[in-house]
Amino acid sequence: MANGAVLEENTSTLWGGGRQPFGVSYGKMMMWFFLLSDALTFSGFLTAMGLYRFKYEDTWPVAENVFTHFPMLEGEQPLLFVALMTFILILSSVTMVLAVNAGHKNNHKGVVLWMGLTIVGGFMFLGSQAWEWGHFINGDKGAIQLKDNTIVYVTKVGDEDKKIISLYELVTNREKPHGDHSEISQADAIVAFGLQTQYTLLYPGKAKTTMTREEAVAAFGTSKVIQGANLRENEYGNVLFADFFFFVTGFHGTHVFSGVLLNIIVFINVLMGTYKKRGHYEMVEKVGLYWHFVDLVWVFVFTFFYLV
Amino acid sequence: MSENNSNPSEHHEGPEGTAWIWKVFWILLAVTALEVALGIIKPEILLNSFLGTTILNVIFIVLTLGKAYYIVAEFMHLGHERKNFMWTITLPIVILIPYLTFILLSEGAAMNALMNQ
Repeated sequence: MANGAVLEENTSTLWGGGRQPFGVSYGKMMMWFFLLSDALTFSGFLTAMGLYRFKYEDTWPVAENVFTHFPMLEGEQPLLFVALMTFILILSSVTMVLAVNAGHKNNHKGVVLWMGLTIVGGFMFLGSQAWEWGHFINGDKGAIQLKDNTIVYVTKVGDEDKKIISLYELVTNREKPHGDHSEISQADAIVAFGLQTQYTLLYPGKAKTTMTREEAVAAFGTSKVIQGANLRENEYGNVLFADFFFFVTGFHGTHVFSGVLLNIIVFINVLMGTYKKRGHYEMVEKVGLYWHFVDLVWVFVFTFFYLV
Repeated sequence: MSENNSNPSEHHEGPEGTAWIWKVFWILLAVTALEVALGIIKPEILLNSFLGTTILNVIFIVLTLGKAYYIVAEFMHLGHERKNFMWTITLPIVILIPYLTFILLSEGAAMNALMNQ
Protein backbone atom coordinates (compact mmCIF):
# COMPACT_ATOMS: atom_id res chain seq x y z
CA MET A 1 0.00 0.00 0.00
CA ALA A 2 2.77 2.39 0.91
CA ASN A 3 4.69 1.51 -2.26
CA GLY A 4 1.91 2.68 -4.55
CA ALA A 5 1.69 6.06 -2.86
CA VAL A 6 5.46 6.59 -2.98
CA LEU A 7 5.46 5.66 -6.63
CA GLU A 8 2.95 8.37 -7.53
CA GLU A 9 4.77 11.07 -5.57
CA ASN A 10 8.13 10.35 -7.18
CA THR A 11 6.84 10.51 -10.72
CA SER A 12 7.25 14.03 -11.95
CA THR A 13 5.97 13.49 -15.49
CA LEU A 14 2.83 11.62 -16.43
CA TRP A 15 4.45 9.64 -19.24
CA GLY A 16 7.76 9.02 -17.51
CA GLY A 17 6.93 5.43 -16.67
CA GLY A 18 6.83 3.90 -13.25
CA ARG A 19 3.13 4.53 -12.82
CA GLN A 20 0.42 1.94 -12.49
CA PRO A 21 -2.31 3.08 -14.88
CA PHE A 22 -5.13 1.42 -12.97
CA GLY A 23 -3.50 1.37 -9.57
CA VAL A 24 -3.09 -2.34 -10.16
CA SER A 25 0.22 -4.14 -10.63
CA TYR A 26 1.12 -5.63 -14.00
CA GLY A 27 0.65 -9.23 -12.85
CA LYS A 28 -2.72 -8.63 -11.27
CA MET A 29 -4.01 -6.69 -14.26
CA MET A 30 -2.93 -9.45 -16.66
CA MET A 31 -4.61 -12.04 -14.46
CA TRP A 32 -7.81 -10.00 -14.75
CA PHE A 33 -7.53 -9.80 -18.53
CA PHE A 34 -6.93 -13.54 -18.71
CA LEU A 35 -9.98 -14.17 -16.54
CA LEU A 36 -12.02 -11.87 -18.79
CA SER A 37 -11.12 -13.97 -21.84
CA ASP A 38 -11.69 -17.19 -19.94
CA ALA A 39 -15.13 -15.98 -18.88
CA LEU A 40 -15.96 -15.48 -22.55
CA THR A 41 -14.75 -19.02 -23.34
CA PHE A 42 -16.97 -20.51 -20.67
CA SER A 43 -19.93 -18.43 -21.78
CA GLY A 44 -19.32 -19.79 -25.30
CA PHE A 45 -19.67 -23.36 -24.01
CA LEU A 46 -22.69 -22.65 -21.85
CA THR A 47 -24.56 -20.71 -24.52
CA ALA A 48 -23.75 -23.41 -27.11
CA MET A 49 -25.37 -25.86 -24.72
CA GLY A 50 -28.34 -23.49 -24.51
CA LEU A 51 -28.61 -23.53 -28.31
CA TYR A 52 -28.90 -27.33 -28.48
CA ARG A 53 -31.05 -27.49 -25.43
CA PHE A 54 -33.54 -25.17 -27.11
CA LYS A 55 -33.25 -27.12 -30.36
CA TYR A 56 -33.79 -30.57 -28.79
CA GLU A 57 -36.13 -29.39 -26.08
CA ASP A 58 -38.22 -32.58 -26.32
CA THR A 59 -35.42 -35.10 -25.70
CA TRP A 60 -33.18 -33.02 -23.43
CA PRO A 61 -32.87 -34.77 -20.06
CA VAL A 62 -33.98 -33.01 -16.88
CA ALA A 63 -30.74 -32.84 -14.88
CA GLU A 64 -32.44 -33.55 -11.57
CA ASN A 65 -33.53 -36.93 -12.96
CA VAL A 66 -29.96 -37.65 -14.01
CA PHE A 67 -27.93 -36.73 -10.94
CA THR A 68 -30.02 -38.32 -8.23
CA HIS A 69 -27.54 -40.16 -6.07
CA PHE A 70 -25.47 -39.41 -3.03
CA PRO A 71 -22.55 -41.60 -1.92
CA MET A 72 -23.54 -44.13 0.78
CA LEU A 73 -27.20 -43.06 0.68
CA GLU A 74 -29.98 -45.29 -0.65
CA GLY A 75 -32.73 -43.95 -2.86
CA GLU A 76 -33.01 -40.81 -4.94
CA GLN A 77 -31.54 -37.55 -3.68
CA PRO A 78 -31.82 -35.05 -6.52
CA LEU A 79 -29.48 -32.03 -6.38
CA LEU A 80 -28.08 -32.91 -2.97
CA PHE A 81 -24.64 -34.00 -4.12
CA VAL A 82 -24.11 -31.00 -6.43
CA ALA A 83 -25.24 -28.77 -3.59
CA LEU A 84 -22.48 -30.29 -1.46
CA MET A 85 -19.93 -29.69 -4.24
CA THR A 86 -21.06 -26.06 -4.48
CA PHE A 87 -20.72 -25.71 -0.72
CA ILE A 88 -17.16 -27.14 -0.80
CA LEU A 89 -16.13 -24.71 -3.53
CA ILE A 90 -17.69 -21.67 -1.82
CA LEU A 91 -15.97 -22.63 1.43
CA SER A 92 -12.59 -22.97 -0.30
CA SER A 93 -13.19 -19.55 -1.83
CA VAL A 94 -13.71 -18.17 1.67
CA THR A 95 -10.48 -19.72 2.95
CA MET A 96 -8.74 -18.16 -0.06
CA VAL A 97 -10.03 -14.67 0.85
CA LEU A 98 -8.87 -15.28 4.42
CA ALA A 99 -5.40 -16.20 3.06
CA VAL A 100 -5.27 -12.99 0.99
CA ASN A 101 -6.47 -11.04 4.01
CA ALA A 102 -3.73 -12.56 6.19
CA GLY A 103 -1.23 -11.71 3.43
CA HIS A 104 -2.17 -8.03 3.59
CA LYS A 105 -1.32 -8.07 7.28
CA ASN A 106 1.94 -9.97 6.56
CA ASN A 107 0.62 -12.70 8.83
CA HIS A 108 2.77 -15.61 7.65
CA LYS A 109 1.10 -18.30 9.76
CA GLY A 110 -2.35 -17.17 8.70
CA VAL A 111 -1.44 -17.44 5.01
CA VAL A 112 -0.04 -20.95 5.54
CA LEU A 113 -3.17 -22.12 7.38
CA TRP A 114 -5.76 -20.68 5.00
CA MET A 115 -3.93 -21.57 1.79
CA GLY A 116 -3.48 -25.12 3.06
CA LEU A 117 -7.22 -25.40 3.72
CA THR A 118 -7.96 -23.98 0.25
CA ILE A 119 -5.87 -26.74 -1.33
CA VAL A 120 -7.71 -29.37 0.73
CA GLY A 121 -11.02 -27.92 -0.48
CA GLY A 122 -9.81 -28.11 -4.07
CA PHE A 123 -8.96 -31.78 -3.75
CA MET A 124 -12.32 -32.49 -2.11
CA PHE A 125 -14.09 -30.86 -5.02
CA LEU A 126 -12.06 -32.82 -7.58
CA GLY A 127 -12.83 -36.07 -5.74
CA SER A 128 -16.55 -35.25 -5.74
CA GLN A 129 -16.45 -34.50 -9.43
CA ALA A 130 -14.71 -37.80 -10.15
CA TRP A 131 -17.49 -39.59 -8.26
CA GLU A 132 -20.14 -37.67 -10.21
CA TRP A 133 -18.49 -38.56 -13.52
CA GLY A 134 -18.22 -42.20 -12.50
CA HIS A 135 -21.90 -42.30 -11.66
CA PHE A 136 -22.87 -40.64 -14.93
CA ILE A 137 -20.63 -42.96 -17.02
CA ASN A 138 -21.88 -46.13 -15.29
CA GLY A 139 -25.49 -45.08 -15.58
CA ASP A 140 -28.47 -45.83 -13.43
CA LYS A 141 -31.52 -47.72 -14.69
CA GLY A 142 -30.52 -48.29 -18.30
CA ALA A 143 -32.56 -47.43 -21.39
CA ILE A 144 -33.53 -48.60 -24.84
CA GLN A 145 -32.38 -46.69 -27.91
CA LEU A 146 -34.84 -46.98 -30.78
CA LYS A 147 -33.83 -47.13 -34.45
CA ASP A 148 -34.34 -43.35 -34.81
CA ASN A 149 -32.01 -42.79 -31.80
CA THR A 150 -34.86 -41.89 -29.44
CA ILE A 151 -34.20 -43.03 -25.87
CA VAL A 152 -37.11 -44.84 -24.17
CA TYR A 153 -37.52 -46.56 -20.82
CA VAL A 154 -39.20 -49.74 -19.62
CA THR A 155 -42.34 -49.18 -17.57
CA LYS A 156 -45.42 -51.12 -16.49
CA VAL A 157 -48.51 -51.08 -18.74
CA GLY A 158 -51.07 -48.74 -17.21
CA ASP A 159 -48.80 -47.47 -14.43
CA GLU A 160 -50.18 -44.10 -13.32
CA ASP A 161 -46.84 -42.79 -12.00
CA LYS A 162 -44.95 -43.94 -15.12
CA LYS A 163 -42.23 -45.36 -12.91
CA ILE A 164 -39.11 -46.37 -14.83
CA ILE A 165 -38.20 -50.05 -14.44
CA SER A 166 -34.46 -50.70 -14.50
CA LEU A 167 -33.10 -53.16 -17.07
CA TYR A 168 -31.74 -55.13 -14.15
CA GLU A 169 -35.25 -55.59 -12.81
CA LEU A 170 -36.57 -56.43 -16.26
CA VAL A 171 -34.11 -59.30 -16.65
CA THR A 172 -33.85 -60.60 -13.07
CA ASN A 173 -37.26 -59.63 -11.63
CA ARG A 174 -35.45 -58.30 -8.58
CA GLU A 175 -35.06 -54.67 -7.60
CA LYS A 176 -31.71 -53.25 -8.66
CA PRO A 177 -29.36 -53.33 -5.66
CA HIS A 178 -27.60 -50.14 -4.59
CA GLY A 179 -24.40 -49.55 -6.53
CA ASP A 180 -24.91 -52.44 -8.94
CA HIS A 181 -23.24 -51.97 -12.34
CA SER A 182 -23.73 -55.39 -13.94
CA GLU A 183 -24.08 -55.29 -17.70
CA ILE A 184 -27.36 -56.40 -19.23
CA SER A 185 -26.99 -58.10 -22.59
CA GLN A 186 -29.12 -57.15 -25.57
CA ALA A 187 -30.39 -60.73 -26.02
CA ASP A 188 -31.42 -61.17 -22.36
CA ALA A 189 -33.34 -57.88 -22.42
CA ILE A 190 -35.22 -58.79 -25.61
CA VAL A 191 -36.17 -62.24 -24.31
CA ALA A 192 -37.25 -60.87 -20.92
CA PHE A 193 -39.28 -58.10 -22.51
CA GLY A 194 -40.99 -60.56 -24.85
CA LEU A 195 -41.98 -62.90 -22.02
CA GLN A 196 -43.25 -60.31 -19.56
CA THR A 197 -46.42 -58.84 -20.96
CA GLN A 198 -46.82 -56.34 -18.10
CA TYR A 199 -44.08 -54.13 -19.55
CA THR A 200 -44.17 -51.47 -22.23
CA LEU A 201 -41.96 -48.55 -23.29
CA LEU A 202 -42.11 -44.97 -22.05
CA TYR A 203 -40.98 -41.85 -23.89
CA PRO A 204 -39.01 -39.36 -21.77
CA GLY A 205 -39.88 -35.68 -21.55
CA LYS A 206 -42.64 -33.85 -19.78
CA ALA A 207 -45.53 -35.50 -21.64
CA LYS A 208 -44.40 -39.03 -20.62
CA THR A 209 -46.34 -40.86 -23.31
CA THR A 210 -46.19 -44.65 -23.41
CA MET A 211 -46.39 -47.04 -26.34
CA THR A 212 -48.99 -49.78 -26.53
CA ARG A 213 -47.66 -53.23 -25.72
CA GLU A 214 -47.75 -54.26 -29.43
CA GLU A 215 -45.84 -51.16 -30.55
CA ALA A 216 -43.32 -51.70 -27.78
CA VAL A 217 -42.62 -55.32 -28.70
CA ALA A 218 -42.18 -54.38 -32.36
CA ALA A 219 -39.88 -51.46 -31.48
CA PHE A 220 -37.83 -53.44 -28.96
CA GLY A 221 -36.70 -55.99 -31.55
CA THR A 222 -34.78 -53.43 -33.62
CA SER A 223 -33.47 -51.32 -30.74
CA LYS A 224 -30.34 -51.23 -28.68
CA VAL A 225 -29.75 -51.54 -24.94
CA ILE A 226 -27.97 -48.51 -23.45
CA GLN A 227 -26.39 -48.39 -20.03
CA GLY A 228 -24.68 -45.26 -18.82
CA ALA A 229 -23.36 -42.44 -20.92
CA ASN A 230 -20.34 -41.58 -23.02
CA LEU A 231 -19.66 -39.26 -25.95
CA ARG A 232 -21.65 -41.46 -28.38
CA GLU A 233 -24.61 -42.69 -26.35
CA ASN A 234 -26.52 -41.52 -23.32
CA GLU A 235 -29.16 -43.47 -21.43
CA TYR A 236 -30.66 -40.28 -19.99
CA GLY A 237 -31.74 -38.78 -23.31
CA ASN A 238 -30.15 -36.73 -26.06
CA VAL A 239 -26.48 -37.64 -26.53
CA LEU A 240 -25.52 -33.95 -26.77
CA PHE A 241 -26.44 -33.63 -23.11
CA ALA A 242 -23.67 -36.11 -22.27
CA ASP A 243 -21.23 -34.36 -24.62
CA PHE A 244 -21.86 -30.99 -23.00
CA PHE A 245 -21.73 -32.52 -19.54
CA PHE A 246 -18.29 -33.97 -20.18
CA PHE A 247 -17.06 -30.87 -21.96
CA VAL A 248 -18.33 -28.15 -19.63
CA THR A 249 -17.74 -29.87 -16.29
CA GLY A 250 -14.49 -31.32 -17.67
CA PHE A 251 -13.22 -27.91 -18.73
CA HIS A 252 -14.21 -26.52 -15.35
CA GLY A 253 -12.57 -29.48 -13.60
CA THR A 254 -9.38 -28.81 -15.56
CA HIS A 255 -9.48 -25.26 -14.23
CA VAL A 256 -9.95 -26.52 -10.68
CA PHE A 257 -7.05 -28.92 -11.16
CA SER A 258 -4.70 -26.27 -12.52
CA GLY A 259 -5.92 -23.93 -9.78
CA VAL A 260 -4.93 -26.51 -7.17
CA LEU A 261 -1.51 -26.86 -8.83
CA LEU A 262 -0.97 -23.07 -8.81
CA ASN A 263 -2.11 -22.94 -5.19
CA ILE A 264 0.39 -25.66 -4.29
CA ILE A 265 3.24 -23.80 -6.03
CA VAL A 266 2.40 -20.58 -4.19
CA PHE A 267 1.89 -22.53 -0.95
CA ILE A 268 5.41 -23.98 -1.24
CA ASN A 269 6.74 -20.47 -1.85
CA VAL A 270 4.90 -19.24 1.22
CA LEU A 271 6.44 -22.06 3.27
CA MET A 272 9.92 -21.20 1.92
CA GLY A 273 9.41 -17.58 2.93
CA THR A 274 9.72 -16.20 -0.62
CA TYR A 275 7.00 -13.60 -0.07
CA LYS A 276 8.16 -12.78 3.43
CA LYS A 277 11.50 -11.73 1.91
CA ARG A 278 9.72 -9.83 -0.87
CA GLY A 279 7.75 -7.93 1.73
CA HIS A 280 4.29 -8.55 0.31
CA TYR A 281 2.00 -11.46 -0.49
CA GLU A 282 0.55 -10.26 -3.78
CA MET A 283 1.22 -13.62 -5.45
CA VAL A 284 -1.37 -15.14 -3.08
CA GLU A 285 -3.79 -12.49 -4.27
CA LYS A 286 -3.15 -13.34 -7.95
CA VAL A 287 -3.78 -17.07 -7.57
CA GLY A 288 -6.67 -16.09 -5.32
CA LEU A 289 -8.26 -14.24 -8.25
CA TYR A 290 -7.97 -17.38 -10.38
CA TRP A 291 -9.41 -19.52 -7.61
CA HIS A 292 -12.42 -17.24 -7.11
CA PHE A 293 -12.99 -17.30 -10.85
CA VAL A 294 -13.20 -21.10 -10.74
CA ASP A 295 -15.83 -20.75 -8.02
CA LEU A 296 -17.65 -18.12 -10.08
CA VAL A 297 -17.81 -20.40 -13.12
CA TRP A 298 -19.14 -23.24 -10.98
CA VAL A 299 -21.96 -20.99 -9.75
CA PHE A 300 -23.05 -20.65 -13.39
CA VAL A 301 -22.50 -24.32 -14.27
CA PHE A 302 -24.56 -25.26 -11.21
CA THR A 303 -27.46 -23.07 -12.33
CA PHE A 304 -27.46 -23.79 -16.05
CA PHE A 305 -26.61 -27.46 -15.88
CA TYR A 306 -28.38 -28.65 -12.78
CA LEU A 307 -31.09 -26.17 -11.83
CA VAL A 308 -32.68 -24.48 -14.83
CA MET B 1 9.80 -0.83 -15.57
CA SER B 2 11.08 -3.92 -13.80
CA GLU B 3 10.89 -1.98 -10.59
CA ASN B 4 7.26 -1.28 -11.30
CA ASN B 5 6.52 -4.96 -11.86
CA SER B 6 7.90 -5.97 -8.52
CA ASN B 7 5.78 -3.41 -6.71
CA PRO B 8 2.48 -4.59 -5.35
CA SER B 9 -0.75 -2.93 -6.34
CA GLU B 10 -2.02 0.10 -4.52
CA HIS B 11 -4.07 -1.21 -1.72
CA HIS B 12 -7.52 0.26 -1.52
CA GLU B 13 -8.55 -0.17 2.04
CA GLY B 14 -11.49 -2.51 2.26
CA PRO B 15 -13.38 -3.14 5.45
CA GLU B 16 -11.15 -4.15 8.34
CA GLY B 17 -11.10 -7.59 9.93
CA THR B 18 -12.63 -10.77 8.61
CA ALA B 19 -16.27 -10.18 9.55
CA TRP B 20 -17.16 -9.02 6.01
CA ILE B 21 -15.73 -12.24 4.56
CA TRP B 22 -18.01 -14.37 6.70
CA LYS B 23 -20.93 -12.11 5.91
CA VAL B 24 -20.43 -12.75 2.19
CA PHE B 25 -20.03 -16.46 2.92
CA TRP B 26 -23.38 -16.61 4.71
CA ILE B 27 -25.06 -14.72 1.88
CA LEU B 28 -23.66 -17.15 -0.72
CA LEU B 29 -24.58 -20.14 1.42
CA ALA B 30 -28.12 -18.92 2.06
CA VAL B 31 -28.72 -18.19 -1.63
CA THR B 32 -27.39 -21.62 -2.63
CA ALA B 33 -29.55 -23.33 -0.01
CA LEU B 34 -32.58 -21.41 -1.28
CA GLU B 35 -31.81 -22.47 -4.86
CA VAL B 36 -31.47 -26.13 -3.89
CA ALA B 37 -34.67 -26.03 -1.83
CA LEU B 38 -36.59 -24.44 -4.72
CA GLY B 39 -35.05 -26.98 -7.12
CA ILE B 40 -36.20 -29.91 -5.00
CA ILE B 41 -39.64 -28.62 -4.04
CA LYS B 42 -40.45 -26.91 -7.38
CA PRO B 43 -43.51 -25.02 -6.09
CA GLU B 44 -46.38 -25.43 -8.52
CA ILE B 45 -47.13 -21.69 -8.57
CA LEU B 46 -43.62 -20.85 -9.80
CA LEU B 47 -43.89 -23.12 -12.83
CA ASN B 48 -46.14 -20.68 -14.71
CA SER B 49 -44.49 -19.31 -17.79
CA PHE B 50 -42.85 -15.93 -17.58
CA LEU B 51 -40.46 -14.10 -19.97
CA GLY B 52 -40.31 -17.13 -22.28
CA THR B 53 -39.45 -19.54 -19.46
CA THR B 54 -40.84 -20.30 -16.00
CA ILE B 55 -40.90 -17.94 -13.01
CA LEU B 56 -38.72 -20.48 -11.20
CA ASN B 57 -35.99 -20.30 -13.84
CA VAL B 58 -36.04 -16.50 -13.75
CA ILE B 59 -35.62 -16.68 -9.96
CA PHE B 60 -32.68 -19.09 -10.39
CA ILE B 61 -30.96 -16.79 -12.87
CA VAL B 62 -31.48 -13.67 -10.74
CA LEU B 63 -30.14 -15.45 -7.63
CA THR B 64 -27.13 -16.70 -9.63
CA LEU B 65 -26.31 -13.21 -10.86
CA GLY B 66 -26.58 -12.03 -7.26
CA LYS B 67 -24.07 -14.66 -6.17
CA ALA B 68 -21.77 -13.75 -9.06
CA TYR B 69 -21.92 -10.09 -7.98
CA TYR B 70 -20.81 -10.92 -4.44
CA ILE B 71 -17.97 -13.19 -5.61
CA VAL B 72 -16.61 -10.65 -8.11
CA ALA B 73 -17.17 -7.45 -6.13
CA GLU B 74 -16.14 -8.69 -2.69
CA PHE B 75 -14.05 -11.87 -2.95
CA MET B 76 -12.23 -10.74 -6.09
CA HIS B 77 -12.18 -7.22 -4.72
CA LEU B 78 -13.22 -5.67 -8.03
CA GLY B 79 -15.75 -3.43 -6.33
CA HIS B 80 -12.89 -1.76 -4.46
CA GLU B 81 -10.58 -1.22 -7.44
CA ARG B 82 -10.47 2.06 -9.35
CA LYS B 83 -13.67 2.69 -11.29
CA ASN B 84 -11.96 2.79 -14.70
CA PHE B 85 -10.40 -0.62 -14.09
CA MET B 86 -13.67 -2.06 -12.83
CA TRP B 87 -15.47 -0.99 -16.01
CA THR B 88 -12.64 -2.20 -18.23
CA ILE B 89 -13.23 -5.70 -16.90
CA THR B 90 -17.01 -5.73 -16.52
CA LEU B 91 -18.20 -3.91 -19.64
CA PRO B 92 -17.03 -6.52 -22.22
CA ILE B 93 -18.69 -9.19 -20.10
CA VAL B 94 -22.03 -7.47 -19.60
CA ILE B 95 -22.23 -6.51 -23.28
CA LEU B 96 -20.94 -9.63 -25.06
CA ILE B 97 -22.39 -12.46 -22.98
CA PRO B 98 -26.05 -11.35 -22.99
CA TYR B 99 -25.68 -10.61 -26.71
CA LEU B 100 -24.31 -14.09 -27.47
CA THR B 101 -26.95 -15.69 -25.24
CA PHE B 102 -29.72 -13.84 -27.04
CA ILE B 103 -28.42 -14.86 -30.49
CA LEU B 104 -27.85 -18.53 -29.70
CA LEU B 105 -31.04 -19.12 -27.75
CA SER B 106 -33.26 -17.52 -30.37
CA GLU B 107 -31.39 -19.52 -33.02
CA GLY B 108 -31.96 -22.73 -31.04
CA ALA B 109 -35.65 -21.99 -30.69
CA ALA B 110 -35.87 -21.34 -34.44
CA MET B 111 -34.11 -24.64 -35.21
CA ASN B 112 -36.57 -26.40 -32.94
CA ALA B 113 -39.51 -24.81 -34.73
CA LEU B 114 -38.07 -25.82 -38.13
CA MET B 115 -37.51 -29.41 -37.02
CA ASN B 116 -41.06 -29.80 -35.74
CA GLN B 117 -42.68 -28.33 -38.83
